[in-house]
Amino acid sequence: MEITLSIVIVFMILGAIYALYAKDLLSALISCGIVGYGLVICFLLLQAPDLAIVQIVVETITLVIMVAVVLNSSREELKEKAVVSIDGVSYIHQRYIVNVILVVVFALFLLYFFKESIYTLNHLGEHVTRMSTAYIENAAEQTGSANLVTGVVFDFRGYDTLGEATILFTAVIGILTILRAKGRK
Amino acid sequence: MTPIVKKVTQLVVGLIFLYGIYIITHGHLTPGGGFAGGAIIAGAFILLVLAYGSDVLKLRKREEGSSVVESTGILIFLALAIAALFIGTRIFFANYLPKGIIGKLVSAGTIPLYNIAVGIEVAAALFTIFLALVIYKEEVLK
Repeated sequence: MEITLSIVIVFMILGAIYALYAKDLLSALISCGIVGYGLVICFLLLQAPDLAIVQIVVETITLVIMVAVVLNSSREELKEKAVVSIDGVSYIHQRYIVNVILVVVFALFLLYFFKESIYTLNHLGEHVTRMSTAYIENAAEQTGSANLVTGVVFDFRGYDTLGEATILFTAVIGILTILRAKGRK
Repeated sequence: MTPIVKKVTQLVVGLIFLYGIYIITHGHLTPGGGFAGGAIIAGAFILLVLAYGSDVLKLRKREEGSSVVESTGILIFLALAIAALFIGTRIFFANYLPKGIIGKLVSAGTIPLYNIAVGIEVAAALFTIFLALVIYKEEVLK
C-alpha cells in the first residue's frame, strides 16, 4: 500500500509543479485536477471513504466552475513587469532585500522554538491519542451512530459543524452580494 | 449542448439525485453524510443547468428559490440544536431523541435529522453559488 501511495503522491507533486509552469491556463487547471483526484485515491488507500466522497464531489464541481471561468476569460496568464521603476529608480530591489532578511529572521525564530519543543514530544510512531481512543471506544454506545465519523461530527463536535454550515451560508451571502450587476432600488 | 449530452443527462441525473439522497439518509450507517450527499445533489442540478442551457429569467427565479431553501436548511439545523435546550438534559446540541438499535435506519436520535438539514443547506448553497456565477456571466455578456 505504501508503494502505491508513494506513486500517487509523486504524480500529485508532478501535477502541482506543472500547474505552476504551464503556459495555457486550461492545462494548468487540468493538472490541478490531477492533484485533487490523486488526493481522492490517497484517502481511499488510507481508509477514509467519508473524506474521499466529499473530495471527489467538491473537486468535480470546483473544476467545472474553474473550467467555465477559464473558457470565458483569457486562456493566457497576465504578464507583469518584474522590475517597476519610479522616477528612474527601481524600488523592487530594496524591497526584495528586506523581504529576504525578514524571512530568514522568522525562519530562525521558528526553528529555535521547534528545537526547544521537540524534546517534549514522543518518538516517531508513538502517538498520544487520548481523545481519539475515547472517541473510538465509546462513540457507538454514546451516540448510537454506526458510522463513527458522523457520530463525531454531529455529536461530539457539533459546534464545529454548526460553524461550518455558517461559513457556507456566509460565503453564499457574500457571493450573492458581490455578483449583483444591478443594484436594487 | 448536443443531443447526446442532453439524452445522457436525462438518463443519469435521476440516479445521481437518488444517490445523493441515499448518502444523506444513510449518513449514520455508511460512509458519507450531510455534506457529501448535499454536494452530490448540487452536482445533479449543476449538470441539468449545464446540459440544458441557461434562460436567465428562469434561472433567476431558481436562484431566489434555492437561496430561500438554503436559509431554511440552516434554520432547521439551528432549531434542532436549540430544541435540545428545552428537552431532556437541557444542553445545547444534546441528543434528546431515543437512540434505538445501532445499525437500523431509524436510530442514533437526532443525528439523521442533523444530516438531512445539513444536506439541504449544502446542496442549496453550492447550487446558489453556481447560479449566481451563471447569471452574472449572462448579464455581463449582454
